[in-house]
Amino acid sequence: MAVLITFIQRSIGQGIAILFGATGEILTEKSGNLNLGIPGIMYMGGVAGLLGAFFYENGTANPSPLAGMLISIICCLLCSLLGGLIYTFLTVTLRANQNVVGLALTTFGTGFGNFFGGSISKMAGGVGQISVKTTASAFRAKIPGLSGIPVIGQLLFNYGFLTYLAIILAVVCTYFLKRTRIGLHLVAVGESPATADSAGINVPKYKYTATLVGSMIAGLGGLYFVMEYLGGTWSNNGFGDRGWLAVALVILALWNPSNAIWGSLVFGALYIIYIYIPGLSRAQQELCKMLPYLVTLIVLVITSRRNKPENQPPASLGLSYFREER
Amino acid sequence: MSETNVIELKNVTKRFGDVVANDNVNLTLRKGEILSILGENGSGKTTLMNMLSGIYFPDEGTIRVNGKEVLIQSPRDAFDLGIGMIHQHFKLINILTAAENIILGLSGSVRLNMKEVEKEIDELTSKYGFDLNPSQKIYSMSVSQKQTVEIVKVLYRGAEILILDEPTAVLTPQETDKLFDVLRSMRDNGKSIIIITHKLNEVLEISDRVSVLRKGKYIGTVDTCDATQESLTEMMVGEKVSLDIDRSKPENVERRIEVRGLNVRNNEGYHVLKDISFTANAGEILGIAGISGNGQKELLEAIGGLQNIESGEILYYTKHDGNVIEKLHQMEAGDIFDLGIRLSFVPEDRLGMGLVGSMDITDNMMIRSYKKSPGIFTDRKAPHKLAGDVVEKLEVVTPSLETPVRRLSGGNVQKVLVGREIASAPRVLMVAYPVRGLDINSSYAIYNLLNEQKRAGACVMCVGEDLDVLLSLCDRILVLAGGRVSGIVNARESTKEELGLLMTGGKENA
Amino acid sequence: MSKQNNTSGRTVIHMEKRNSISRKKAWTIRLTAVLLSLIVCAIVIVAITKQNPLQVYAGIIQGAVGSKRRIWVTVRETVILLVIAVGLVPAFRMRFWNIGAEGQILMGGAASAALMIYLGNKLPLPVALILIIAVSAVAGMLWGIIPAFFKAYFNTNETLFTLMMNYVATQIINFLICIWENPKGSNTVGVINSKTKGGWFPKVFGSEYGLSVLIVLVVTVLITMYMNYSKHGYELAVVGESTETARYAGINVKNVIIRTMCLSGAVCGLAGALIVSGASHTISTSTAGGRGFTAIIVAWMSGSIQIATQFGLNENASDIITGILLFFLIGCEFFVNYKLSVYKEKEA
Repeated sequence: MAVLITFIQRSIGQGIAILFGATGEILTEKSGNLNLGIPGIMYMGGVAGLLGAFFYENGTANPSPLAGMLISIICCLLCSLLGGLIYTFLTVTLRANQNVVGLALTTFGTGFGNFFGGSISKMAGGVGQISVKTTASAFRAKIPGLSGIPVIGQLLFNYGFLTYLAIILAVVCTYFLKRTRIGLHLVAVGESPATADSAGINVPKYKYTATLVGSMIAGLGGLYFVMEYLGGTWSNNGFGDRGWLAVALVILALWNPSNAIWGSLVFGALYIIYIYIPGLSRAQQELCKMLPYLVTLIVLVITSRRNKPENQPPASLGLSYFREER
Repeated sequence: MSETNVIELKNVTKRFGDVVANDNVNLTLRKGEILSILGENGSGKTTLMNMLSGIYFPDEGTIRVNGKEVLIQSPRDAFDLGIGMIHQHFKLINILTAAENIILGLSGSVRLNMKEVEKEIDELTSKYGFDLNPSQKIYSMSVSQKQTVEIVKVLYRGAEILILDEPTAVLTPQETDKLFDVLRSMRDNGKSIIIITHKLNEVLEISDRVSVLRKGKYIGTVDTCDATQESLTEMMVGEKVSLDIDRSKPENVERRIEVRGLNVRNNEGYHVLKDISFTANAGEILGIAGISGNGQKELLEAIGGLQNIESGEILYYTKHDGNVIEKLHQMEAGDIFDLGIRLSFVPEDRLGMGLVGSMDITDNMMIRSYKKSPGIFTDRKAPHKLAGDVVEKLEVVTPSLETPVRRLSGGNVQKVLVGREIASAPRVLMVAYPVRGLDINSSYAIYNLLNEQKRAGACVMCVGEDLDVLLSLCDRILVLAGGRVSGIVNARESTKEELGLLMTGGKENA
Repeated sequence: MSKQNNTSGRTVIHMEKRNSISRKKAWTIRLTAVLLSLIVCAIVIVAITKQNPLQVYAGIIQGAVGSKRRIWVTVRETVILLVIAVGLVPAFRMRFWNIGAEGQILMGGAASAALMIYLGNKLPLPVALILIIAVSAVAGMLWGIIPAFFKAYFNTNETLFTLMMNYVATQIINFLICIWENPKGSNTVGVINSKTKGGWFPKVFGSEYGLSVLIVLVVTVLITMYMNYSKHGYELAVVGESTETARYAGINVKNVIIRTMCLSGAVCGLAGALIVSGASHTISTSTAGGRGFTAIIVAWMSGSIQIATQFGLNENASDIITGILLFFLIGCEFFVNYKLSVYKEKEA
C-alpha cells in the first residue's frame, strides 16, 4: 500500500510539469500554431523563476517566502512571454515556417536555461549548486491538516499549490474552449483561418493571444520543476525531455486539456513505472521508459484513421495564414 | 409595398485589369420577390453579386439599399445592411455544430448558451420550413444540409436580402424542390431574394422576375410569367457570334474510345457519372456540353485514369476492327502512359493538376516525357527544346524559359499546357474549357490547334461552355445533364436551343 | 483587396509577395540580419556578463579556428551538420516534415557501434568500414520508413510522428548502453576498441576526420545530382508541389513518399556512422546532440548554410547566440520574399 501511494504521488510529481506544458501547447495548437519551442520556453520559464528568486533572496536580509514566490512567478511568466513573443512574431507576422522557428526556439531556450542556471551557481560563489530554499518552501508548502489524513490526504492533499493550479488551468482551458464565445472563435481560427476571417474574427490577434498565453502556462511547468520538484536548485539539462513529452501529451489528450490531466498521470506513471516493476534489469528499465512515446505513436496512428473528426489535430495546424491568398 | 426597391444598382462597372467583368450594369430588386440573375458562365453574375456582399468594390456606379446610397466595403458592411450571400463554396468549420457555425464571429455574452441559440435557430427553421438539427456536426452533413446551415446563418444575422450563388448546382432534384419551398416561404415572409443561376427551368419555376447578363453587360429584365425557355435563351446567348473556325470534314474516322455503362462516385460518395455510354472516334472532335459540374470533369478524368471507377468499361481501340483493345478502366494514369498509349489531357485546373506552378516551362514539359529517357537521370535537353518550340509556335509571352509558370498570365499558362499535350502527337486528346480566361486571338489559336490534331487523326474530346463555339468547332456534341448523357447530336445540324434544352435535362421538359 | 477600415489619412503598410529578387539584394538583406543579430547578441552579452562582446566573439572564433586541431574539429562539426541537412533536403522538397533526423542519426550511430563492438576487431578494416556505413544507413532508413508508411497510407501527421520516433530511438540507445556498458557501472559505453581501433575511420589527408569530409562531399554531390537531375528527384518535387499533378503525371505518390524517406533516413543514418565511427568512437543519447534539429534549420535556409553552420558550437552561451542568429536569419527571409511599402492612404 505504501509503495502504491508513493508511486501515485511520484507519478503526479512527474506529470504536473508535463501537464502545464501540454495545456499551454493545446491552447497554442488550437490557434493553428504548432509551437515546437515549448520545451525551450519551459526551460526559459524555469530558469527565470529561479533567477528572480535567487536575486531576491540574496538581496534581502530576511527574504519572505511569499514575496520570493510572487517574484519568481512574475519572472517566469515574463520570460515565457518573451519566448512566445519571438515565436509569434516570426511565424505570424513574418510568416516563417513554424517547425523551424519552434526548433530554433527550443535550441535557444535550452541554451538560455543552462547558461543562466549554470552561471548563477558561479555567481553564488562558485562551488556547489545554488538553492533558493526560502522561495522553494513556499512552492512546496502542503495543505496543512488535510495532507495529514492517511491515504486520502497523502494522495490528494500532499502537493504544493502549483499542482492544483495545473489541474485548475486544464479544467478552465477546457471550459474556455468548449463553452465560451472566444473559445469557439479560437477553435475556428485553428480549423480554418479563412472561414474565421470571413466571419469577422481577427485571426492574427487570436493567434498571438493564444500562443502567448499558452507559452506562459507552459513556462509555469518549468517553474514547477525547478521549485517544487527540484526544491529550488538547477541542474543542467535536468529537465530532460519532459518538454517533448508535453508535446506528446497533446496528442494523447486529443487536444482536450481535461484529457491531459489523466494523460499526465499516465505519462508520469509510465515515466517511472520501471522503478516499481520488480525484477527488471537496467536494460529492461530503459525499454520501459519508451512507453510514453510508444503510446503516443499508437494514439497518433489511431486518430489519423479519421474515426472522429473532433479528435484530429486542428486542420490548419502548422500552416501560416495569408489573407491575400484566399 | 411589394413595389419598393430594396436594392438598386446604377451603372455599376467592375474591371479586373483589362477585363471588364461588369459593364454599366443596372439592376433592381423589389421587396418580397425572388429575382433570378441569368447568364452564361463568365457573364459576370457572381462578380456583380460579390459587389453587393462586400467582396469586391465597384470601380464605377452606385448602389442603393432601401433607397439610400451606400458603400459596401466588407462582408461586415453587407451584414449591417441586411444583405447576406450564400456562396457556392461553403464557409463552415467541419468539427463544429450547425449552431456553433451559425453564431461564429458574432459578439455577445462571454459564456455560450447553446441551448438558447439552438432554440432561436429552431424557431427560425420552423418559421421557414427548414429541416435542420442545430446540434449536428457539419462533417456528418450532406451538401444540402450544409447549404441549409449557410442560409440559416445569414437569416440568423438578420438578413433581409439573400443572395444565393448557383444554389442548386450541388443539389439533387428532390433537394432542389425542398430548397425552392423554403425560398418561397421566405419570400412570403417578406424577404427579398436573388438567385444566380443558368438553369432555365429553375428560373421559370422559382422566380418572379429575371435579369439577364451577357458578357458582363446588362441585357434586360422580364417578368417570369412573360418568359419562355426560348425567349430567355435568346437573351442569355444573344446574337450568334459568327465564328470562323476552319472545320474540315472528318477523314479516316474510326472508333478509338468506347465508354460502356460508366458509373463514378466522387470522394464524398456522390454519384457523379451515371451509366455513361458513348463512342469517341479518331479524326473527329467530340464536344462535351453541359452545365458546369454535371460530370464533365469526372468523365475526362475517368478516361485519363484519374478517377476510381465504380462500374463500367472504358475501351481503347488501336485499330478500327478492334483487334487490340486496352481496358482503360482498369488502369491508372501511369499505366496508360507505360503502355505507350498517347493519351493527352488538358485538365480544367491548369496549375492545380496540369502544371507545377513553381517549376519553369522546361520542367513542366518534362511531366509527360521524363519517364521516356533511359536510365535514372532525366533528360532536360529535349524538353528544353520542346519548351522553346512551344513558346515560339504558340507565341507564349514569357521573360524566359526559366520563368516559373505561375508567373505567366492565364492565357500563356494554357498555351504552355496545350502545347505540351499536343507535342506527343496524341491518339486521344482531351481538353476541358480550353479557352477559359483567354482572349479572342489565343482562343482561335487553340481552336486551330484542335482542328490540326483532328486532321492528324487524333480522337479529340473537348469540354466547352460556349455553345456557339462547340457548334462550329465540333463534329458531334455529347450533352451531359445531372451526370447522365442526355443526348448526342450532330454539331452541323444542331442548334443552340436544342443543346440548351438537353443541358437542362431537356427530355423531361420536352 | 481594399482595406476594411476607411479612415482617411491613415498610414498603411502594404505587403506584397515579391516576384523575384536579385541575388545581391537577397544577400544584402541576409547579411544585414546577421549584423543586426550580432549587435543584439553583443547587447545581451554586455548586459549579462559585462564582458566586451568583441572579446567574446574573438573567443568563439578562437575556439573554432584557433589551432589546426580546432580547425579540423570545426570542419568535422560543419560537415556532419551539412550531411544531415543534405539528407533532409529531399524530404523537405517533398513537403514531408522530417523532424526525426535526430532519431535516424541515433539509429545509424547505434548500428555502427554494434558493428564496431561485435565485428570491429574480427574483420579487415575496409570490410568493416563498408559494413558500418551500409548498415548504419539501413538503420536510419528503417527509422525513416515507419513514419513515411503511416503518412502514405493513413495520412498520419509526420511532424508529430517523427518527433516521437526521436525519443523511442533515445530509449533504444539507453537500452544498448546498459548492454554495452564499459566499464561496468559507468553507465557509458566508453571508447569502443580504444586499443585496437577496430572499425575506426582511418586517417585520410593527415587527419582522422579526413574520411568523414570525403564521404560528406561525395554524398552531397550525389544528393545534389539526385535532386536536380534524376527522375526520382523530379518526381518528389512534383509530389511536394501538388499530389494532384503527381497523379496526373502518372506518379505513384505513396511510393514516392516512402522512397524519399528511405533516402532521407539513410543519409541521416550515415551521419550517425560518421559521428560514432568517425569521431566519438562511442555512443550515447547525446550522440545526435540536437544536430538533427539544427540541420532542419540549415536545410530550410539552404541559402544561408555557411553562416549558420559556422556557429554550430555546443556551448550554452553559443547556443543562445546561435538562437538569436537563427531568429534573425529566419525572420529576414520574410523581407526576401515580401516587399513592404508604407504610404499614407488617400482621402476616401
